[in-house]
Amino acid sequence: MVQFLDFEKPLLDLQAKVEELRAAEASGADIAEKDIAGEIDRLEIRMARVARLLYRDLSPVQIMQVARHPERPQGADYVKALVEGFVPLAGDRRYGDDQAMLAGVGKWLGQTPCVVCAIDKGKTTAERIARNFGMPKPEGYRKAQRLMRMADRLGLPIVTLVDTPGAYPGVDAEERGQGQAIAESLDVLMQVKVPVVSVITGEGGSGGALALAAADRVLMLEHGIYSVISPEGCAAILWKEANKDTIHAAATALKLTAKDLLEHKVIDGIIDEPVGGAQRDAALAMKRVGKAVAAQLAEVAKANGGAEARRGRFLGIL
Amino acid sequence: MNWLTDLVKPGLKTTVKRGVSADIWEKCPGCGELLYEADLPQSLYVCGACGHHLRWGIDARLAHLLDAKSMKAVEVPEIADDPLGFRDRKKYKDRLKDARKGGVRDAFRVVRGAVEGHPLVVVALDFDFMAGSMSRAVGQAVVVAAQTALADKVPLLCITASGGARMQEGTLSLMQMARTTAAIVALKEAGLPYLTLLCDPTTGGVTASFAMQGDVHMAEPGALIGFAGPRVIEQTIRQTLPEGFQRAEYLLEHGMVDMVVPRKEQRDVLGRLLAVVVSGINRR
Ligand SMILES: [Zn+2]
Repeated sequence: MVQFLDFEKPLLDLQAKVEELRAAEASGADIAEKDIAGEIDRLEIRMARVARLLYRDLSPVQIMQVARHPERPQGADYVKALVEGFVPLAGDRRYGDDQAMLAGVGKWLGQTPCVVCAIDKGKTTAERIARNFGMPKPEGYRKAQRLMRMADRLGLPIVTLVDTPGAYPGVDAEERGQGQAIAESLDVLMQVKVPVVSVITGEGGSGGALALAAADRVLMLEHGIYSVISPEGCAAILWKEANKDTIHAAATALKLTAKDLLEHKVIDGIIDEPVGGAQRDAALAMKRVGKAVAAQLAEVAKANGGAEARRGRFLGIL
Repeated sequence: MNWLTDLVKPGLKTTVKRGVSADIWEKCPGCGELLYEADLPQSLYVCGACGHHLRWGIDARLAHLLDAKSMKAVEVPEIADDPLGFRDRKKYKDRLKDARKGGVRDAFRVVRGAVEGHPLVVVALDFDFMAGSMSRAVGQAVVVAAQTALADKVPLLCITASGGARMQEGTLSLMQMARTTAAIVALKEAGLPYLTLLCDPTTGGVTASFAMQGDVHMAEPGALIGFAGPRVIEQTIRQTLPEGFQRAEYLLEHGMVDMVVPRKEQRDVLGRLLAVVVSGINRR
């Protein structure tokens, strides 16, 4: 069962009632005359209605919580669901292989041969550690660059799926040139002539996200966030203290929701999530991502604007 | 523009700002030696005792680096302020108003000029203006500088000193990393050299875009250069960072910059570099 967020308390309470009834039903207790199955049905209908109401009007902080939900589909889930015949490719040919950056070749929805780069945060503790909680190091960005250059040469479009708190802020990452690695990713993305489509599936954490998202088309999931700095970091610097109130204020001021970013033309489209967020129906969420990306790939290929059009897209963002 | 008139006399704004009359001594952050303020312009704000490079106002730096009377400001179209209506403990609009009291519009200068007779375009970030943070206006300055260099068929030099993104402009500030890259890629494709001079401090989105895209990276001695700030890293790894970490010399050792050049040698090194790198431009 999906993990509940703090603002989902009404859902959690209803869920608890459902569980209670189920337990009673299973134990065959002396409440047989009650219509337990009917009661469960009614509660579940109510839950759906409550979820719809809750999710219709999320605050930026709540959206941030949903974007970071540990059970949202991850890079590897998307690849498994949407990329047929995926062959993962490893290593940057310079230093190592970054498991936060899943990259390889395959056919998007079984139709469009492409290169895919997807950040994966991992689900189990072991996976999360191996993937560094989805925070790529220079070797991750350099692996992506290698594949993007190959895609360009081979005429394969590029799809990137972005979900990261940010590029890893650590000693080893700095030692190997984290800044240079991101700068070079941007450089490569401003040069490749093949179509590039990006989706911010969860968190778009600053430069570490942009390094994959300097694309022809940038889509965002409805409850994703994309920000220059985390609301916690922003609160600590500009409000001098990160607490519940200042984080809320920062999340609001930063205009990091999909709706805000569409308005400012930072992104090109929003992919609706299932009621209650992508974590409640990963299959449906991923299916929508698959369709949206396929449509954008076709559009960009048809427009055939090459790197020039992509540069124009970003030069136009003021 | 106001800052150009300041260039005529080599007086330093940073000095003037501190301006209390009793405050005529500055303590060297490197060795603690007391330095006489009036001597600092002469010594290019370098400590005579230990060689520490103190922060140096951008206008004095440009006046020193470029040939006498070669400098002409390049006009950068203005952009409307405060795209997000941002407010923290203070309104961003008010922060801008305060920062502009010195007569500077945003954290940049763009000039045409020459070094040792070689014409070039320079875009310089102004750390004294909101920590040189990358606003849309700063991004615009880098784009205009790259486009000017491209039109003039001359090299572009970028002098950086920046705390990173301008948070008050949100994701629009982040987009400047891709925006500036687009302009610099076009410059490079046209066969023009792009050089950077990295000063203290150069961090965040500036490091992760145009600061690290040069054909040649020069760095000032002791300059802090990195993607993540040292405090963020210390919080992440819960350890104190080693001495010299993320300093110019450390970057040289790790292959991220080509050279660490003391201030008094920068003109000469840049002149010699330009003499060679521009030689191919006219032949194409
Ligand atoms: Zn000293």
